[in-house]
Amino acid sequence: MKKTLALLLAVCMMVAMLAGCANGDDPSTTTPTPDANPTDSVDNPAAGAIKIGGVGPLTGGAAIYGNAAANGAKIAAEEINALGGLQLDLRYEDDAHDAEKSVNAYNTLKGWGMQVFLGSVTSTPGVATSVEANADHMFYLTPSASSTDVLGGVANPLTGTVDIERKDNVFQMCFVDPNQGSASAQYIADQSLGSKIAVIYKNDDVYSTGVYNSFDAKAKELGLNVVSVTTFTEDTKTDFSVQLGDAKAKEADLVFLPMYYDAAALIFTQANAMGYAPKWFGIDGMDGILGVEGFDTSLAEGVMLLTPFNADAEDDATQSFVAKYKAAYGETPNQFAADAYDCVYAIYAALSNAGVTADMSASDICDALIGQFTSMTFDGLTGEGMTWDASGAVTKSPKGMVIQNGAYVGMD
Amino acid sequence: MKKGKKLSATNRTNYLTYLGVILAFAILQPMSAAGKLSPTMQGQLVPICAYVVMALSLNLTVGVLGELSLGHAGFMSVGAFSGAVAASALKDAIPNGGLRLAVAMVIGAVFAGIVGVLISVPVLRLNGDYLAIVTLAFGQIIKSVVENLYVGVDGRGLHFGFLKPLTNLGQGGRMILNGPMGIPNITKISSFVAGFVLVMVTLAVIFNLVNSRAGRAIMAIRDNRIAAESVGLNITKYKMMAFVTSAALAGAAGALFALGQNTIVASKFDFNTSILILVYVVLGGQGKMWGSIIAATFLTVLPETPAMRGLADYRMLVYAIVLILVMLATNNPALQSFFARFKKAGEDKTVKGGEQA
Repeated sequence: MKKTLALLLAVCMMVAMLAGCANGDDPSTTTPTPDANPTDSVDNPAAGAIKIGGVGPLTGGAAIYGNAAANGAKIAAEEINALGGLQLDLRYEDDAHDAEKSVNAYNTLKGWGMQVFLGSVTSTPGVATSVEANADHMFYLTPSASSTDVLGGVANPLTGTVDIERKDNVFQMCFVDPNQGSASAQYIADQSLGSKIAVIYKNDDVYSTGVYNSFDAKAKELGLNVVSVTTFTEDTKTDFSVQLGDAKAKEADLVFLPMYYDAAALIFTQANAMGYAPKWFGIDGMDGILGVEGFDTSLAEGVMLLTPFNADAEDDATQSFVAKYKAAYGETPNQFAADAYDCVYAIYAALSNAGVTADMSASDICDALIGQFTSMTFDGLTGEGMTWDASGAVTKSPKGMVIQNGAYVGMD
Repeated sequence: MKKGKKLSATNRTNYLTYLGVILAFAILQPMSAAGKLSPTMQGQLVPICAYVVMALSLNLTVGVLGELSLGHAGFMSVGAFSGAVAASALKDAIPNGGLRLAVAMVIGAVFAGIVGVLISVPVLRLNGDYLAIVTLAFGQIIKSVVENLYVGVDGRGLHFGFLKPLTNLGQGGRMILNGPMGIPNITKISSFVAGFVLVMVTLAVIFNLVNSRAGRAIMAIRDNRIAAESVGLNITKYKMMAFVTSAALAGAAGALFALGQNTIVASKFDFNTSILILVYVVLGGQGKMWGSIIAATFLTVLPETPAMRGLADYRMLVYAIVLILVMLATNNPALQSFFARFKKAGEDKTVKGGEQA
C-alpha cells in the first residue's frame, strides 16, 4: 500500500510538474508576458520591446567567458534602451558549457518568446543551439562561438565534402577559427619571427583544435619549421612541464599558443620557473591575460597576439565601453564582452534598418535580418567596416598586438 | 469469479511500475503531439527517458547486485558513440529513422555489453570499495579513448584513426567522429515513443531477471557472498550476468540520448555524469525501480523548471540544497514511520480484501 500510495503521489507530482511547465507560451502567438527572470534582464523594458535571448556558461569552468559576454551585451542593451525608440529586452540563460543544457536554455528562451537569438558563447554548445535555431528559423548571431561547425557549409579540405550544411540564419561576430590559424602562420612567416616553432594546443577544445589545424596546414604551405607539437586537455591544464620541456629540448625560439588566456598564464609562469624564454605568439583568446588575478604581468612581456579588440584603444567608443564596464563589473572587459556588445549593436542596426517591430514573428524578423546582415557594413569596437557574406563569417582585420610594459601596443 | 491467485508484493509493485510509466506516457504523448508542452519540456522528453534507463540499469548493479559502480557513464558513452556512428554510417542503407534508431540502440547495447564483459574480468575479482575505484578508472579510460578516436566513412567503408585525425579519407568521404570534438552533426531520430519503449523493455528485462532463478542467485550473493558460495553458486557467472546486462542497457540508453542531441562530445560522459546517475539511484532507493524512475525524472526536470531558471546564478546551488533536503527527508525516521502507518493500514485492508474475493 505504501508503494501504491507513493506511486500515485509520484504520478500526481509528475503530472503537476509537467503541467506547470506547459504554460502554453507558444512563441508565435505570445503576447508580452511579465518578465519571469528580472535579475538577468535589462531593467523594465517598455512593452513592445524586442526580446533578445542569449545562452552562455554563466556558471562552471567556462563562466568567465559567458559572464563577460552577458555583461557586454547588457551594457549595449541598456545604452540602446536609454536612446528611446526601438527597445530591447535582453535575457541570458546559463548552459554551464554543455550542449544538452544549452538546448534546454534555448528552449527556455523560446518559451519566453525570444525573437532574436544572440547565440551561444562557446563553440560546442553553439553547434547544438545553431541546429535548433536553424530548425526554428530564429536569427542567430554569436559573439564568440568561432567553430566553423556553428556556421556549417564549410567543406572538409581533405575530402571536399560539406559535413554540415550551411545554416543560413547563423552569423558570427568573432573570427572563424581557420582564419585565425592561417593568419597567424602568415604573420609569423612574413615577419620571420621564429626559425624553430613549437605549438601547444588544447586537443579537447573545438576552438584550440580548429585554430591549430589551420595553422598547421598554412605552416606546411609556407615552409615554417615546426619542431614540437604538444597537447593538453581540460583535465591536464594545470601542468605544462612536459610540453614546455619538449619545446625547450628542441630549442624552439617561438611558441604558438592557440588557447584561452587562463591556460596561457600558467604556461608563462611555468616556463619562467624552468628558465625558458622563447617568443610567445597567441590568438584572440589570449586577450585578457593582463587581467588574470595573481598573474605577474611582467611574464607576459613581449607576448604577441592577434586580436580584434584592445581595451586600451584611444577611440571614444572603446573608452566609454571600458569605463562603463569597469564601473559596473569592476574589471577590464575582454574580447568576449566587446564581441557581445558589438552583436547587440549590429542587431539593433539591422532591426532599425529593416523597420522591424516587436509584434513581428521570430521567423519574419529572421528573414529581415538575414537580408540586412548580408548587405550592411557595421562599425563596432572589434573592427571597422565589418561585413558578412552568405557564409555567415565576418570579415574584419585582426590587429597584431604586443604586450609592452604591462599594456597592449599595436604592432606596426 | 474464480478465486485468483493473490499477486505477491513484488509482482504487484512491478505491475504498478509498468502502469505508472504507461500512465505518464499516455498523458504526455498526446500533450506533446498537440504542442501543449513548453519547448523546454518538449526538448527534455528524450533525455528523461535516457536518464531513466541509465538509473534503472545502474540500480541493477547497485541495488540488486550490491556493488557500487562509479563508471556507469562510460557505458553510456560507448553506447552513445557506437550508436551515433552506426546511425550516421547507415543513413543511406536504412532511410527509415525509427528502424535506424532501433538498429543503433541494439548496436549501442552490444558494444557496451562487450565493453562490460571486458571490464568485468578484472572488476569482478574485486569487491566493495576496490570495485568502485576500478569502475571509476574505467569510466575515465573510456572517456580518454573516445576523445582520441576518429571515425570517417567514404566509398570504401569505415575508417578508424587513433590519436591522430584521419588523413586517408577519399574524395566524397565524411568525418563522423572527430576525436575531442565528438560528433557535431547528428540527425535527431530519437523520439519520445522510442524512449518509452526502451524504458518498458528495460523494466521487463530487469524484472524478469530479478524474478528468475539467476536473479535470486544475484541477490543471494549481495546478501551474503560466503553463504552463496557455500551452496554452490557460481559467483563470477552471476555477478557478470548482472553487470553486463546493466552495461548493455546503459549502452542502449546512450544511443537513445545521443540520437536525440545535435552534437555529443566525450567529455559529456565524465565522472560527474556517473555520479549524477548514482544520485538518481540512491535518491530513488537501492533496488527500487520505481524510485529510480521518479528520481531520474524529477532531478532532470528540476533544474530546468521556470522557478529554478528564475534563480539565475544561484540555480545550481539551490539544486544541490534541494538534493540534500530530499535525501534528509527520505531518511527521516518520523516520516518513515508516518508512511509505515499507511503501509500497515493498507496491508490490513488488502488482506481483508483478499479473503473476501
